[in-house]
Amino acid sequence: MSLGTFLVMRHELLLIASALLVLMAEIFWNPDKKRYISLFSVILFGVITIVGFLPSPIGSLFGGMYETSGTRLLMKNILNIGALLVFIQSVTWLKKEENSEKISEYFILLISTLAGMNFMISAGHFLMFYIGIELATIPIAALAAFDRYKNKSAEAGIKLILSSALSSGILLYGLSLIYGTTGTFYFNEVAALFGNNNLQILGFIFFFAGMAFKISIVPFHLWTADVYEGSPVNITSYLSVISKGAAVFILIIILFTVFPVIIATWQKTIYVTAILTMTIGNLFAIRQQNLKRFLAFSSISQAGYILLGFIGGNQLGMASVIYYILVYIFSNLGAFGVVIAISNATGKENMDDYNGLYHTNPKLSLIMTLALFSLAGIPPVAGFFGKFFLFTAAAQKGYYLLVLIAVLNTIISLYYYLLVVKAMFINKGETPIEKFRSDFPTRFALGICVAGIVVTGFASIIFEVIKNLSFGV
Amino acid sequence: MDILTLFVVIPVLTITGILFLKDTRHVRLVSAFGMGLQLLLAAVLVFLYLSARHAGNTAEMLFIKDYLWFKSLNIHYAVGVDGISVAMIALTSLVLFAGIFASWEIEYLRKEFFISLILLSSGVFGFFISIDLFTMFLFYELAVIPMYLLIGIWGTGPKEYSAMKLTLMLMGGSALLLVGLLGIYFNSSPDGNLLTFNILEISKVVIPLPAQRLFFPLTFVGFGVLGALFPFHTWSPDGHASAPTAVSMLHAGVLMKLGGYGAFRVAIFLMPEAASELSWIFIILTSISVIYGAFGAIAQKDLKYINAYSSVSHCGLVLFAVLMMNKTAMDGAILQMISHGLITALFFALIGMLYGRTHTRMINEMGGLMKVIPFLSVCYVIAGLASLGLPGLSGFVAEMTIFVGAFQHPELFYRIVTILAVSSIVITAVYILRVVAILLLGPTTNEHFDHLTDAKWFEKISVVTLIGSVAAIGLAPFWLSTMIGTSLQPIVDRIIALNPF
Repeated sequence: MSLGTFLVMRHELLLIASALLVLMAEIFWNPDKKRYISLFSVILFGVITIVGFLPSPIGSLFGGMYETSGTRLLMKNILNIGALLVFIQSVTWLKKEENSEKISEYFILLISTLAGMNFMISAGHFLMFYIGIELATIPIAALAAFDRYKNKSAEAGIKLILSSALSSGILLYGLSLIYGTTGTFYFNEVAALFGNNNLQILGFIFFFAGMAFKISIVPFHLWTADVYEGSPVNITSYLSVISKGAAVFILIIILFTVFPVIIATWQKTIYVTAILTMTIGNLFAIRQQNLKRFLAFSSISQAGYILLGFIGGNQLGMASVIYYILVYIFSNLGAFGVVIAISNATGKENMDDYNGLYHTNPKLSLIMTLALFSLAGIPPVAGFFGKFFLFTAAAQKGYYLLVLIAVLNTIISLYYYLLVVKAMFINKGETPIEKFRSDFPTRFALGICVAGIVVTGFASIIFEVIKNLSFGV
Repeated sequence: MDILTLFVVIPVLTITGILFLKDTRHVRLVSAFGMGLQLLLAAVLVFLYLSARHAGNTAEMLFIKDYLWFKSLNIHYAVGVDGISVAMIALTSLVLFAGIFASWEIEYLRKEFFISLILLSSGVFGFFISIDLFTMFLFYELAVIPMYLLIGIWGTGPKEYSAMKLTLMLMGGSALLLVGLLGIYFNSSPDGNLLTFNILEISKVVIPLPAQRLFFPLTFVGFGVLGALFPFHTWSPDGHASAPTAVSMLHAGVLMKLGGYGAFRVAIFLMPEAASELSWIFIILTSISVIYGAFGAIAQKDLKYINAYSSVSHCGLVLFAVLMMNKTAMDGAILQMISHGLITALFFALIGMLYGRTHTRMINEMGGLMKVIPFLSVCYVIAGLASLGLPGLSGFVAEMTIFVGAFQHPELFYRIVTILAVSSIVITAVYILRVVAILLLGPTTNEHFDHLTDAKWFEKISVVTLIGSVAAIGLAPFWLSTMIGTSLQPIVDRIIALNPF
């Protein structure tokens, strides 16, 4: 085995190397140079994102514990794009006085979680998968408590770590049942030895429940709103987009490759959970006043739509899920980007504060509208195409009733997205947010999001590339 | 660039032009110019279409352009028109042109108003030129969503409530429609060939009957919501009453026709077996729309509500006629769409102008307007007469054709329903004449009214455009009727071949 073969895990190696580089910079740079750490990290990560798109060898390492393929590389690249956007959006916030000591911490922790997610996506063995999931989760809990002098942030950190520990416990219990009945942890061997044995199905259900925690699928969503509200906005956006995306990616890979034998079982599970997740996420989102909580529940319902891509077990389904996550990254980060920009400038996070925003900050309002319309699935923006493909994938296997429930749910979601639009455009604010100009990183990130929202839909080539890399059961 | 795509490109270019204007005073000029160009283009299209037909081109759709978009799902951007869509495009350009002039005096956020209005229209044009169900659906939703802002920002009365209700109900309709379209798509190739969204290709195959029974109601109701099908019509009175003038015009005049057109072009054309099997249910619902709408109009005191209910009644007649599934009735349905589109746009334009002067829309607060503002009053009378079906104006031609066609249906049930629906003409006469009498005749009831000024130049442009078209159709219906009829023939032939009466 030559060192060259390690290039197969290029994404992970680069991430670990960059985390170490940031750490070195923190240790060895003079205090007056430390304000460049943000810039340094963002540029470093930008380079990593671009390098990720270069052609890369694929294959497996460590006797099949680590596997990579075109699909998995694509997933990692999509996550990289999202993480890069989150990085850029954080720069302004990190300039604040109270964060000046913790800039490098922030980046190191974020990069390690991303490395964890990459390991998780590349897993070919449940142990590797579990290590990845933990590496992805624990630093995030630290990040959720980043504003440690704020009670809510500390509470969010504790809630996240406790609920993650519980979900990991459930996940491990499921895995132990799977190991007990098959005697192996390798994905391909488990797939071959899996049958319709009750104990194995019980193991699968526990495994699914554990994953449902990570994706915040109802009824395992209860931690989401509190954690999202308490965490700093940048971490909330990271949690709702990148963490969720990574968990969705590995879940679809595992369902399609490890558990194809019990497809009937997981189709039933997903049928029920998808309906519950969409409906409950939407109904709770209606009542929210705090925009972070609002987007939290909206992201729960989005997870419900994403499940529609799972249910058919078809290639179109996987393609639509990957595509939707890409679209969702741009849309949700666009919406969060506006919330972040306003939160940085004024500290306001409630829907009432947005009354009359269009009259003072028309550009931010338009970006928010575009992002919310994309989340709601209104043409001609990308979200429309994303939802359409998800529904097409489910309809391909004859799940018309489920599709109908899902489209009716998009109407509920349109209601609350329009409430925000109404606040910005129609309501008269007594004390509207003053006109302000955001700094370059914020505008740059929002620009990328808008371009993504507009272009991803029309450019059919993106969907075709994803479709070609996807596979069915 | 083909001529049909221009119909979407010109609005988009106009919007771009407006965006870059520094001076908001020029916004309406640019809009008027853009939409004038659009009107001109529509005239050119009508001319090209007629000359192509004259030259003996008998293809079902003309000017077809087809670009592959999403290869893996066989989604195309495909456009093409027949006589029916050409007529609808001409209607849309007329109403839009008149609408721009009717909103000449919008002051608040003027730029945004015209952008939303033109964006909406690009959706409508796109819908009428599409022959691919995916692009059709995309444009359909695009036409609905700017409505929220248009009513919510520039509306009157309970505008936020109305805007939300209208948007959600119409999007609810499109939700049903989406499922219906997916169902059509996955049944578009029973032989196992490539699935397609193309209407012409789907019309060549027979969708299996069980699938038709499932997806016809979804598609029909989906479009029916926009066509004010009872009991899904409740968005219409609230929405129209709260909307600003140009939006009411465009919405009642054109957008509601999307429902009728879609129900005809997609639901009935692609699934004729289920349509004839289930038509009795929808005939009952549309008859209720027709009669209930007319009675609703009698009970209202607000001019916009009267007209909104009248639209429910008249648009119900469109769906009613389409479901009769014979050539005369369908011909009447298309004529009714165009005639009602023009008349109702005229009505809403006039109501907007009256409201701008009297600051009320309650009929019992007005009176004797004929003496002070004769031009507008006479126009209102003309609109009223056209709406109640006076020969020589377009309403007569359309409704006459519908009822003659509907009565040709061989089954007793359909004939009885037709007789019931005909009664709506009488009820229409009641509410139209009552309004005309109270509003325009008699002594002026309010001294403030004595100083009203008559129509300004831009209002005259708006009104005269519409009245001219109404009269033209009424006096010379045959060129339009022929244009529609020749396009209708292959469709009707197909329906009759599948369902011999």
